[in-house]
Amino acid sequence: MLYREAGDFSKTYREDSQTFPIRFDRYRYYAVLLIAFAIIPFLLNDYWVNAIFLPFLIYSIAAIGLNILTGYCGQVSLGTGGFMAVGAYATYKLMTSFPEVSMVVHILLAGGITAFVGVLFGLPSLRIKGFYLAVATLAAQFFLVWLFNRVPWFYNNSASGQINSPERTFFGIPITGANTEPWAVYLFCLLFVALSAVIARNLTRGAMGRKWMAIRDMDIAAEIIGVNPLTAKLSAFAISSFFVGVSGALFFSVYLGAVEVGEVFGINKSFLVLFMIIIGGLGSIFGSFAGAAFLVLLPVLLKNVLVTGLGWPTDIAAHLEFMIVGALIIVFLIMEPHGIAQLWRIAKEKLRLWPFPH
Amino acid sequence: MPDQLVYAMEVFLNGLMAGVLYALVALGFVLIYKASGIFNYAQGVMALFAAMTLVGVMEGQVPFAHLINAILGTKVHHFGWHLPALIGIVSTVVVMVLLAWLVQRIIFKHLVGQEPIILFMATIGLAYFMEGFGDMMWGSEIKKLDVGLPQGINLWIDETTYGIFDYGFFIDNLDIVATIIAAILVGGLVIFSQYTKEGRAMRAVADDHQAALSVGVSLNFIWIMVWSVAGFVALVAGIMWGTKSGVQFSLSLIALKALPVLMLGGFTSIPGAIVGGLIIGVGEKLFEFTVGPLIGGATENWFAYVLALLVLVFRPQGLFGEKIIERV
Amino acid sequence: MNNSDGYVTDDGRTIGGVVMEMKNITLRFGGVTAIKDITFDIREGEIRAIIGPNGAGKSSMLNVVSGFYVPQEGEVFFRGEKRPPVKPFEVARQGIARTFQNIALFEGMSVLDNVMTGRLTQMKAGILSQAIWRGKAEQEEVEYREICERVIDFLEIQSIRKTPVSRLPYGLKKRVELARALASEPTLLLLDEPMAGMNVEEKEDMSRFILDVNDEFGTTIALIEHDMGVVMDLSDRVVVMDYGKKIGDGTPEEVRNNQAVIDAYLGVSHD
Repeated sequence: MLYREAGDFSKTYREDSQTFPIRFDRYRYYAVLLIAFAIIPFLLNDYWVNAIFLPFLIYSIAAIGLNILTGYCGQVSLGTGGFMAVGAYATYKLMTSFPEVSMVVHILLAGGITAFVGVLFGLPSLRIKGFYLAVATLAAQFFLVWLFNRVPWFYNNSASGQINSPERTFFGIPITGANTEPWAVYLFCLLFVALSAVIARNLTRGAMGRKWMAIRDMDIAAEIIGVNPLTAKLSAFAISSFFVGVSGALFFSVYLGAVEVGEVFGINKSFLVLFMIIIGGLGSIFGSFAGAAFLVLLPVLLKNVLVTGLGWPTDIAAHLEFMIVGALIIVFLIMEPHGIAQLWRIAKEKLRLWPFPH
Repeated sequence: MPDQLVYAMEVFLNGLMAGVLYALVALGFVLIYKASGIFNYAQGVMALFAAMTLVGVMEGQVPFAHLINAILGTKVHHFGWHLPALIGIVSTVVVMVLLAWLVQRIIFKHLVGQEPIILFMATIGLAYFMEGFGDMMWGSEIKKLDVGLPQGINLWIDETTYGIFDYGFFIDNLDIVATIIAAILVGGLVIFSQYTKEGRAMRAVADDHQAALSVGVSLNFIWIMVWSVAGFVALVAGIMWGTKSGVQFSLSLIALKALPVLMLGGFTSIPGAIVGGLIIGVGEKLFEFTVGPLIGGATENWFAYVLALLVLVFRPQGLFGEKIIERV
Repeated sequence: MNNSDGYVTDDGRTIGGVVMEMKNITLRFGGVTAIKDITFDIREGEIRAIIGPNGAGKSSMLNVVSGFYVPQEGEVFFRGEKRPPVKPFEVARQGIARTFQNIALFEGMSVLDNVMTGRLTQMKAGILSQAIWRGKAEQEEVEYREICERVIDFLEIQSIRKTPVSRLPYGLKKRVELARALASEPTLLLLDEPMAGMNVEEKEDMSRFILDVNDEFGTTIALIEHDMGVVMDLSDRVVVMDYGKKIGDGTPEEVRNNQAVIDAYLGVSHD
């Protein structure tokens, strides 16, 4: 009774192609935006920001990026960790070389650099397909991690090999370094998330998105109807890497503040983001958010329930997390390959009919 | 003979032996892939689990001790017995076969006909699950594995080569034994798949599930058999590596090493796995020896992958793989 | 343009000069010769059928026409000019569209999206414009949506336009594939067994659509088909292939009475 489509129809193609054609959905979306931008900043404290909101926001961007490459364009990549590292180290070099320039510029530039690297490592995708390509992306992963570990120029020759994020401000408010306020870093990241989501949504529902999906679904047929596989695949790599790079940049400069590349951007990071889009839903922007939320909240939940609640040792919670995540991946792949996003869609459809069964 | 060349020979020999081990691990992958189209990323974790189970059985560990203690507040950890290696190995084989059966029943029966990439991601999920499960069951500390394999530098080689080249080759006994065992296993597997009834059935399944069914091959039986063989191979690899560097998490990274071997050799080729393993084993070590010092060292982390990538770009099916023909 | 004169058919359609010419085409796959020295042409506005027993090389021939296969010998002339070997995706821009024997729709997308992919070669808006969904990108989307909707109306699939293609029955999928091909407003349409697997009513519908396309839009059509009744009814001229060679070429009447063709279909042994 609340959630109905009757009487809510589009009169122009322009209306029909908008993101939320149903009025109820649109209002819900505005409400979420309102809460996100205007209400949450006042409720934050250090713990919430660092344990939940920042990782959620930042991983969402990475998940959107990987979803574009893997979910929409069908090119499986296991190099996400390495590309995040590119974003992080690019930001570090830019921050330290041009301390006067705004962080926003640095982060966008870092994204651009990562896009370029992404295209480079995406070139083999023209010859190698499917799961061979996934393995090939591991070359990117391992090589990049090695590069940032072994070439001292990247970490400004520091003895520890670690990179640290110096303090920078945005309109006079510190957003990196030790003196940041939770609401400031939250809003800064939220800005990037909102922009990323809008751009990703627009690209995926237009011609670009269709080209990607055509390549994903049947690349030979796509080629025959006129899609240039070279530009389609490389553009997917470029745009995806841009987002992943931005995510890595934020991850380092705003969230962690200090990074040692092997620990932070290793292959486990690549798997983590891949799991986010599998569980969240391949080929869905909403799914990227859902997956990121899920995999950020799960360990927090487990820790709170098992360790704080039941008094179990932390390593058991860690083992259980591995088991649950692994099992869920398998469950989702078997039962709902379109992830949480699909479950959400089905729930909404049922809700639109409620209380009628069909 | 110039010093560098002699050193290079030593590196080459070590590379060869590493290569044989890689080939063994890669073979486990090829078998499963040929029979079911699945690339089993969890193979490495299965090797780790096999090694952990072996140690656990031999040392008389209580499974899930940590968890039981947490729930019940007890302090159990060992049963108090020590079993000989042979019993340990047999029990572990039983466990691995059981695992193969479970994996087949619970997971892959439901994923029949899916694309390879989906199956691959399922095995990644399986790997994560097994890792958590293994740690939960046997604990995640490093364990020492000793099944009675000889260790230490082989003195005979050391002295002989000193006599010839004025430089003693350091070749580990364990590596020699491992190479021999691996070579025997590889030979055995090749003979099995080419000349036995079951091997032929396995190859039939690899080619065409429907056709194999129509001539009376039981898919389930073949799959369980294949996963069991792979599990056994995993166990052997686990024993070798476990004895060498202890049973710990890094063992599971074997899978990651096998991948470039398979890319190079072609996923469906048994000779490819062998040749690929040797090429990567030798190539890795020689590259690190020659070029490594110039660019910072530790190139073994990525050399195998980059090499495989380059080969794939020019020959997308690998050196020995079947040519991929796409038709509309 | 090789202009042996155009003519007007009995039912009032205008057939023009030669628009596509295949000269001495030979195509080999490794040791197998799929097409041996075949020459034929297609006239503008006509419906040209390519028929022959299984394995004759018809699909390969269509692939040569569409540019997906490059023949080892022989030349293809499009609109009087020799066509250089081009990448498959460039052929689509020349105004040639096709459907496939085993449906090649994009299963992850809806009907409307599939049809819209037919127009991808025309979409010129840059990536920046697409990213903000304003200006040229939005304009193009709306414009092309209109064209696609017209095609959808024409093929009577309006009610399923938002349905994911994977859920459709076989006959409708074939129609969606035809819609996708039509969305690019091609001058030459290649249909690979468009009636395969259909029952009598579906065949009648599809035949009607094919005739309508040719009649209303003047599209030249080349089709491969096994159903002799359909071929005889629909086509203006027929090419018959067997074992990679051309054994007949002419109007349906001429071909029907050609002894070589009859032999091929009845399975008389070859030398």
